[in-house]
Amino acid sequence: MTSAPTGSRAIGAPVPRLEGRAKVTGTAPYAYDQPVEAPLYLAAVTSTSARGHITAIDTAAADRLDGVVAVLTHENAPRLASDENAELWVLQSDEVAFRGQLIGAVVASRPEIAAQAAGLVRVEYDARPHDVEPGPGRDDLYAPATVNTGLETDTIAGDVDAAMADAAVTLDRTYSTPLQFHVPMEPQTAVARWDRDGGGDRLTLYDSTQGVIRMRQIMAAVLGLPPDRVEVISPHVGGGFGSKLRPKAHHVLVALAARTVEGRPVKFALPRRLTFAGSGYRPSTVQRIRLGADADGRLTAIAHDAVGGTSKLVEFAEQTALATRTMYAAPNRRTTHRLAALDVSVPTVMRAPGEAPGMFALESAMDELAVACGLDPIELRVRNEPGRDPETGLPYSTRNLVACLREGARRFGWTDRDPAPAARLDDGWLTGTGVAAATYPAYPVIGPSNAAIRALAGGRYRVDIAAADIGTGSRTALTQIAADALAVPLDAVDLRLGESTLPAAAPAAGSMGLGGWGSAVIAAARAFREKYGTAPAEGAEAGATGAGVPGAGKVALHAFGAQFAEVRVHADTGEIRVPRLLGVFAVGRVVNPRTARSQLTGGMVMGLSAALHEHGVMDPGPGQVVTRDLADYHIAAHADVQDVDAVWIDEADPHYNELGAKGVGEIGIVGVAAAIANAAFHATGVRVRDLPLTPDAFLR
Amino acid sequence: MNPFDYERPADAGAAVATVASRADAAFLGGGTNLVDLMKLGVTGPSLLVDVTGLPLDRIEPLPGGGLRIGATVRNADAAADPEVRRRYPMLARALLAGASGQVRNMATIGGNLLQRTRCVYFQDVTLACNKREPGSGCAALHGYNRHHAILGASERCVAVHPSDMAVALTALDAVVQVQGPDGERAIPIADLYTGDDPERDTALAHGELITAIDLPEPAAAPSAYRKVRDRASYAFALVSVAAVLDVDAGGTVRDARIAFGGLAHRPWRASRAEAALRGAPATGASFRTAADAELAAARPLPGNAFKVPMARSTLAAVLRGLAAREAR
Repeated sequence: MTSAPTGSRAIGAPVPRLEGRAKVTGTAPYAYDQPVEAPLYLAAVTSTSARGHITAIDTAAADRLDGVVAVLTHENAPRLASDENAELWVLQSDEVAFRGQLIGAVVASRPEIAAQAAGLVRVEYDARPHDVEPGPGRDDLYAPATVNTGLETDTIAGDVDAAMADAAVTLDRTYSTPLQFHVPMEPQTAVARWDRDGGGDRLTLYDSTQGVIRMRQIMAAVLGLPPDRVEVISPHVGGGFGSKLRPKAHHVLVALAARTVEGRPVKFALPRRLTFAGSGYRPSTVQRIRLGADADGRLTAIAHDAVGGTSKLVEFAEQTALATRTMYAAPNRRTTHRLAALDVSVPTVMRAPGEAPGMFALESAMDELAVACGLDPIELRVRNEPGRDPETGLPYSTRNLVACLREGARRFGWTDRDPAPAARLDDGWLTGTGVAAATYPAYPVIGPSNAAIRALAGGRYRVDIAAADIGTGSRTALTQIAADALAVPLDAVDLRLGESTLPAAAPAAGSMGLGGWGSAVIAAARAFREKYGTAPAEGAEAGATGAGVPGAGKVALHAFGAQFAEVRVHADTGEIRVPRLLGVFAVGRVVNPRTARSQLTGGMVMGLSAALHEHGVMDPGPGQVVTRDLADYHIAAHADVQDVDAVWIDEADPHYNELGAKGVGEIGIVGVAAAIANAAFHATGVRVRDLPLTPDAFLR
Repeated sequence: MNPFDYERPADAGAAVATVASRADAAFLGGGTNLVDLMKLGVTGPSLLVDVTGLPLDRIEPLPGGGLRIGATVRNADAAADPEVRRRYPMLARALLAGASGQVRNMATIGGNLLQRTRCVYFQDVTLACNKREPGSGCAALHGYNRHHAILGASERCVAVHPSDMAVALTALDAVVQVQGPDGERAIPIADLYTGDDPERDTALAHGELITAIDLPEPAAAPSAYRKVRDRASYAFALVSVAAVLDVDAGGTVRDARIAFGGLAHRPWRASRAEAALRGAPATGASFRTAADAELAAARPLPGNAFKVPMARSTLAAVLRGLAAREAR
């Protein structure tokens, strides 16, 4: 590991999570646990039609139930101020855009009463035909203006078709990934209280969110409140994975309810079944990959055409082919994204949006090409390593993919691998190994972050930043950064985050959190020391805005990695197991090796889960996802997760930020599904191009 | 969930009388399935009669060499019982193949037999299901039916029975002891599960309480329970096989007892496979022939055609394993 910056003491140390004890003893207050006085409870009414209009909504039976305080529908809900985001235009019209849409709310003295009353609301629809499946054979696919994060929809260079016609070896394959859901252990929860005082209306929202500032801004706009009249508090978050990045309909619903019962807090935890239409998801993808290569396996053409679904309500275009723009050298290139607009709930970012599904396709195809060329898959990748970013022509700030592949090969024991498929049987199990590359952009920060530092008594310091710790360990890592920036011991720093009254900061997204927030903390510490020196008076305070990305526009900024998998497939039953996963990553400087390793192995487990299990099933009949609980939407169980290890190579990237740290939140998931599918091919000779890899795929 | 009354009687007679007295009363065991269904609105009893305090929690030998497992014995305790493990290892394995440690700690043996199908359409009150709402149709037939039946199903219902334990009990010819308003009776497990009527899972009448499961003296032959599922634990069976194989010294099958899970609305006793095996040489070819004999009647759905080859190869593999153990 790279040595920490000069003078550093805390950065690089495997500091245990500061709130770890509170979490494992059940005393850390999550949003729903906040001690509010005399709360009311909300239960939602959801649409059972996938498209149409509500023609009648009868709440009489619900209203009559003892303990019911209010029943809200589009007929009586308070009016909202902004319909800019159609998903947040909640209870404002009779229109139904998808099955499972929030169309009403019951507020009651107890959650059981609220739920019972919600079940008594009768709704009639003028239902229209719905369209919920993106493919195949549609003639109405369209090209979005941009894909997620504002990137180009298509990139084309050279002539792929001509290069394919001339290539010694070609591959033209289609891969698919299903609907995937975030299913964090803590579901979407919010507690809202609406007050009126001399300054007018005011909303307090205890929320489980990846970003309190963004939440405050958007909620204020939707509700027609000044931003400083909305306070969002989110001290702990039990996993988000993207599902808690953006305000969703339930936030507006609970705020409307709170406004209706002014002065009393309203609590709402989305039941797990409602999260499947209520908290976003990764849309399914169908991806065509074409590769052309010379006889030595050097790519002459690389094309990645991705088709996905989105909601008619709000567009979300997963950047599925993004990674293909930077992975390998080839003179003729093409990436495209097309969408089908559907009567479904709104998709959103989910851990490594773009790279997670896209690299399953590309890295499976590279494995197929290696087989076709008779080349070792690592050697194939090494031969196609670009000197500069293939599409922008920029030099890489750091690009250590080959180092990751080589280090992984050494640690994993790749060298003696017999490439023959279906050649090893061990006690009834066919065994194999596979490899895939990983990459994730080091995005320029989506918004500057600010931090403030205040001297407390006894040589202690308070560090304030409206950052989020969604279970990643950012509270701990930021405390380490602050300690070093102030040159004080770790326990002299009292860091606060997760409150919208703190200095504004970017949300936890795109693996940008620690870099952006850390830069702000460093800048604030510098400003503080410049102003007050090393012996500040108690109460001395200084703040600053974090620096931008120094290398932005000058260098190509990406993290890289290599995923290795060992797979066993039962010869009689098709059951598939992954006894070993190894990830080797190049992610810049690692601030906290304990929590970073957790992030990386956690990502790998999520990748394993996507490879073997996760499969959201949309039934086109009712127009609903029918795998709506954790018994039907499988994620990996403990028994599926065996030896998973993550290591990183010596790297620091000063072009990205002063810390030299790239993010670790997402790259862990990238490439895992391909490595497992490649290993399954090596084990069985069966190439599975559609996730997940379930036992039936391997039965003859 | 609707409001409900709750009682916890001290003896079985009182429990039976209480449930019998109200048409929508239900017995409550571990609650691992019933309470879920109440939360989902699939069922809404106005009275729950908790039977976990009844003195039905013992495992004791039966005259004649069998074993009686009380209905309120927890799944985890039955699986850990030394007599169950020693004499009925297939049952212990089936129990441990089901659910999770936490669920097994709560679930009772009697409740396990009576758990409802996990068909996603049965569990969603907004969708069509003849089992839940007679006459409403079967959304699974043309919907998501990966987990559904390939044997013994009808156009009206293609749900599968979820229990692992009941599959082993079926191969063991267990007998279910029942106490009802009209007295006690014993029901062979093959007769517990009815078939043709989706609304009616079992032969039990309202108010009848399972008090125990009797296991006959085990056969002196190796047995196995093998479950194939979509993840390594905590998932319902795609296919499971409970089998006892008795092979004579000459390598000829003397007797076989086989039940499938995951294929039908009930644990599926594979009588045709058993008949094909009796007197046949204990070879891979015989095992495949036996599997084919049972699966000839399979009527797979678009989403579960794989269950036919999966059941065939899993049964053949289990029998090969048993034959190899016997030969040792």
